[in-house]
Amino acid sequence: MSLTDAPRIVTARTDHDDSFTIERFLATGGYDGLKKALSMTPEAVCAEVDAASLLGRGGAGFPAGRKWSMLRKSDVAYLVINGDESEPATFKDHLLIERDPHQLVEGVVIASYALQVNQAFIFLRGEFALGLERVQAAVNDAYQHGALGANIFGSGFSLDIVVHPGAGAYICGEETALLESLEGKRGFPRIKPPFFPAAIGLYGEPTVVNNVETVSNLPWIISNGGAAFAALGGGRSTGTRLFALSGHVKNPGVFEIEMVKHTFRDLIYSPTLGGGVPGGREVKAIIPGGVSAPWFYPEHLDLPLGQDEVADAGSMLGSGSIVVMDSSTCMVRAAWRITRFFSRESCGQCTPCREGSGWLERVLYRLENGNGRMEDLDLLLDLCDNIAPGLTWPPQQTTICVLGPSIPSSIHSAISRFRDEFLLHIKEGACPYG
Amino acid sequence: MAEDIAPQQTAVTITLNGREISAEKGEMIIAAAERAGTYIPRFCYHPRMEPVGNCRMCLVEVEGPRGSTLMPSCFIGAADGMVVVTDSEKVKKAQDGVLEFLLANHPLDCPVCDKGGECPLQDQTLAHGPGETRFVEEKRHFAKPIPISDLVLLDRERCIQCSRCTRFADEVAGEALIDFAGRGDQVEVATFPGEPFSSYFSGNTVQICPVGALTATPYRFAARPWDLEQVESTCTGCAVGCRVAVQSSAGRITRLLGVDADAVNHGWMCDKGRFAFESVNGPDDGGVALALSDPSKRITDPMVRKGGVLVPTGWGEALDAAAAIIRDATATSPMGLGAIGGSQMTNEGAFAWNTLLKGVVGTDSVDAQLGDGLEATHVLGLPRATIDEAADACTLILLTGDLREELPVLFLRLRAGAVAKRSSIVDLSPRSNALGDLAAVRLPTRPGDSLLVTRCITGDAAAKTQLASHPEGRTFTDDDLERARTLIGDDGAGVVIIVGRSSLAEDASLIEAAARRLNAAYPKAKFLPALRRANVMGALDMGLAPGILPGRTMLGTPSEGLGALWPTLPDAKGLGTLAQLAAMAAGSQKATLVLGADLADVPDAGLVTAALDSTARIIAVTGHGGTLLERADVVLPAAVAHERPGTTTNIEGRVSRLGQKLSAPGQAWPDWMIATELAAELGSSSGVSTVADVTNQIAAVAPSYAGMTAEVLNAANASDGLVAPLSGAVPRELNRTDPTAIPGLGAADRIGLASYTGSVRPDRDTSPPSRVATTATIGTSDLEGFAEPTIPSADNYSLRLVATRRLYDLGAAVTASPALRGLADSAVAKVNPYDLDRIGVTTGDSVRLRSARTAAVVAVEADAEVVRGTVLMEFNLSTDGEPRVTVADLIDASAVVTDLRMESL
Repeated sequence: MSLTDAPRIVTARTDHDDSFTIERFLATGGYDGLKKALSMTPEAVCAEVDAASLLGRGGAGFPAGRKWSMLRKSDVAYLVINGDESEPATFKDHLLIERDPHQLVEGVVIASYALQVNQAFIFLRGEFALGLERVQAAVNDAYQHGALGANIFGSGFSLDIVVHPGAGAYICGEETALLESLEGKRGFPRIKPPFFPAAIGLYGEPTVVNNVETVSNLPWIISNGGAAFAALGGGRSTGTRLFALSGHVKNPGVFEIEMVKHTFRDLIYSPTLGGGVPGGREVKAIIPGGVSAPWFYPEHLDLPLGQDEVADAGSMLGSGSIVVMDSSTCMVRAAWRITRFFSRESCGQCTPCREGSGWLERVLYRLENGNGRMEDLDLLLDLCDNIAPGLTWPPQQTTICVLGPSIPSSIHSAISRFRDEFLLHIKEGACPYG
Repeated sequence: MAEDIAPQQTAVTITLNGREISAEKGEMIIAAAERAGTYIPRFCYHPRMEPVGNCRMCLVEVEGPRGSTLMPSCFIGAADGMVVVTDSEKVKKAQDGVLEFLLANHPLDCPVCDKGGECPLQDQTLAHGPGETRFVEEKRHFAKPIPISDLVLLDRERCIQCSRCTRFADEVAGEALIDFAGRGDQVEVATFPGEPFSSYFSGNTVQICPVGALTATPYRFAARPWDLEQVESTCTGCAVGCRVAVQSSAGRITRLLGVDADAVNHGWMCDKGRFAFESVNGPDDGGVALALSDPSKRITDPMVRKGGVLVPTGWGEALDAAAAIIRDATATSPMGLGAIGGSQMTNEGAFAWNTLLKGVVGTDSVDAQLGDGLEATHVLGLPRATIDEAADACTLILLTGDLREELPVLFLRLRAGAVAKRSSIVDLSPRSNALGDLAAVRLPTRPGDSLLVTRCITGDAAAKTQLASHPEGRTFTDDDLERARTLIGDDGAGVVIIVGRSSLAEDASLIEAAARRLNAAYPKAKFLPALRRANVMGALDMGLAPGILPGRTMLGTPSEGLGALWPTLPDAKGLGTLAQLAAMAAGSQKATLVLGADLADVPDAGLVTAALDSTARIIAVTGHGGTLLERADVVLPAAVAHERPGTTTNIEGRVSRLGQKLSAPGQAWPDWMIATELAAELGSSSGVSTVADVTNQIAAVAPSYAGMTAEVLNAANASDGLVAPLSGAVPRELNRTDPTAIPGLGAADRIGLASYTGSVRPDRDTSPPSRVATTATIGTSDLEGFAEPTIPSADNYSLRLVATRRLYDLGAAVTASPALRGLADSAVAKVNPYDLDRIGVTTGDSVRLRSARTAAVVAVEADAEVVRGTVLMEFNLSTDGEPRVTVADLIDASAVVTDLRMESL
């Protein structure tokens, strides 16, 4: 996949039809990383991850090693894996969960050993029926093979893993809402402070929350060394990364490519990757890192796919979900669809997001359907400003969690760049795209 | 210059809008700012609940390492050097934005909304809102309103999702029966399927709702806030003495709101206290068509029985008739007259009646309790804890009934201590309850075993052996006992014992003996008596019990002032209620004054029937109808709660003011006036002409009330009441400025006794008496003469009866209040499934329960929490069986315990 000669780190097995089985896993170096980790001190494992400069793959891109080092010292601590991948166009963890669940479990054990926690939870999106089945099977297999439970591989280290299905709320991907849900409560994000679960997390105990892809990298990093991982990519963006490419491309899918060494153009147009835009149409806009991210445009096509490179250009690489919108796309409709998602998934806890998302959605719906008013554009931007003051990036917020300030991104992008399209909707009293 | 607002050792200085103010470290900025005079708008924040920061109305700018950011001031604790801005353009825009968002889906039905006029959302909008809406979309729609309980309705369209109600239910009441459902702007407060919001505290959610989303049936469309008049008062629904605002419109009480008295109720009330005002109003038409036996009927005229019927008369004739009965009954001995009741009165009423009874007639057969309480010298003599001390006790011993049923707001206060892990609970209840469920140790105590279990606690090995000899064995392990002993410690320091009646079918002398044992073993432990009836503590303080005199003194040692004031004094100890009833039946008590007492509360119905079937004359002093009036010879109409000023005393001895909001109907008088006039009729004038005169008399002659003059009790800093005896500490001025904590309270009329002071004639000398009585008050040394009762041992064939109280029963307050009337359950017998199996019946079956007195047919319910060998029945509930036999019929109050045989039908 990668246009460079970088290895496939997390998708090495996924081309096999039986990639999810313990047999394939064991035949392809399964548990090698874990066994090596168990022969090291926990501090040494942490040091390798630090050396790898592994950035979290859940969206915020926080260095995993740093997050681990923030874990408050306590007799009881937890590791929680966030597998609640449920944003539109985000489906890269889905692949790892269904196609290589053993690698995930191995990564969880390595992380737990490094953190010296004895209880881990894998919180999976409830709709991942097959993924839940396969991860649970992988956990069961791991117990059978001595890779889980008491005294793992004779090391003296013990760990239990609970696989927990989510109940269908997008907000439970927000780590504190996830913890609430895991505790059996309604999935409301927790108010800050405390700012980090590493201090006060699950059941009030120190907790590290890591993404599925993040920990899936660990077996390779331990087997091959942090330095080998850090040698890939560039700048702060080391290693390879999964990109979930969708929208107007001939070959949508999940691609593991070396970071920074590829541009948006590479990903979208390369014949072995996205394969280009159908019908020879032009790229009109790109969502670079999930629907929370401000949009990019054709002038950004040659920007490298690196965390800082994208951030410096005013958006984010986020969860690695890239949506291509070509010239046939109605931008009002695109903004409305994204906003509708957020308004339905707002947890409803705090006012600006609960009321603002629904209001914005209804105004955009009117605009898209030809019932807009001139003053609606200013209204939209002002309402956005009341959720994310200043409409800056990264956003300020009037809300408890970042779902609220994620809403303005698409609206602000669409109005700023495609104001004419909005005006056309108002003038013609209908959507020009039909 | 820092303003010296909170002189704490943990004081920090923060900069608020460029001005330095001092705050307690960690105190929420919203509260610190408020004390400094800067009110930050809020909806979800409530000073009596944990902050959640979800309405976002209180956003302010706080300077941090990354510049100033908007933060919820209800969730950010003050730290030294913190810089906070509440009035910048950025803050204003954020707050205005939140307000606009809140209004987006809020229906503008203010003209028909009960909250209109006292609505924080409306007020905030009026003050800062844009005036025009930018929201042109269709608003959110829900079916409305929907009942979520028998008392509360929910309008989900008006709801602004502040979570005050859901947090109250979960956090304060411990009943998470309402919660959010749905997502986004479709979020709604909801009950769980098949589980209504049936909570004794549901009215509090209505009280703290910042919009009109929650309404209570009695107030719906009853009045507009600007038509309401209000007076601050004290709830007399039970003996906790919650501070309340009584609101009226057009001469009828419309609503009671809890006032945030720090030492008592924290603003909360129970639903019975909140909604029983309906019984004061009576039916819309005054109840003219109702029978005299109906408790809903208000008694408006004095009545004298003529030719077998009660005939309305004037006061002159009725007082003549009453005086004649008293003279006749006391012709040979003052003990020919007795008095039952008095705990529903004001302190002034109780004192005036006692002046007549003990001071003029000279009878000591006076008892404010109805055989369901505790002996008076124990109540008054044991070292007393305050409610605050109980709520902060390191260890609480529950030697009492279910407090949620008996003293609901005390339950809330104690629950808070247990939930916060300040207090460990040692629970001796016969069946676990909402407070017992939080207990560190449960020592389930069968009726008759209270004293033995207590002796086990104090380390008495013989008691342990004796308990083990019960056919079902001991109900707790040695480990349980040791944990309890560890929690109580050596001398009982920091321990508070709640002492009351865990079963009305167990003789009070057992509990009293247990309390004496605990007092002897743990001299530093304090007691809080869990007596439930309204002003029972005031009545006892006024001496309405055999053997005692006003101001917590013994009969033989009157204060100097009392000796001077009262023409006579009883020369021998008189009879309590149960003995008086027996004396009526035996003919030795020839006349009885029933002072607002409901004899259905006496836990021995056979005794009551025998007394009423006797030839004893009865003078009833009451504001309500009742079956007693079918028997009374003279009826004297009394003003009831909210119709009379004065003072009341709660379980901790806190004397607080009663406000008068209504005039008593018809010819009804306040109790003190009836007693004073009747005493005059008997030839003795006590020289009082206003209620303040009586208050001042009490302060002069009742040692424990020394210094508690009308002036002192009426002072602004005494509005939460003063604990008797006065300690000399000056109560601090209160800070209740948050207008959104209890919307509807508004600027509460702080002058609770306006009519009280107003009635003091200017030509009279109202200065408090300078001489304070120095008589010794009742103490533990007065408890030495009491013997410990012997308990018949349990046999294999009987079940020992546990008779407990329910908040909603067939008592007058519930029965006469339409909103509460239907809430009383039917009586069932709760029995351990093991005992049910023994006779082969299951839940729903009817059984015959046979006591020494009679037999009752009642449905059984399996309840594994009921101790084996006992049967739990709740007192004064309706029974379906025929003939109608109640718990009270089964009990022989002269027996120490009531054993029942259970037979399948």
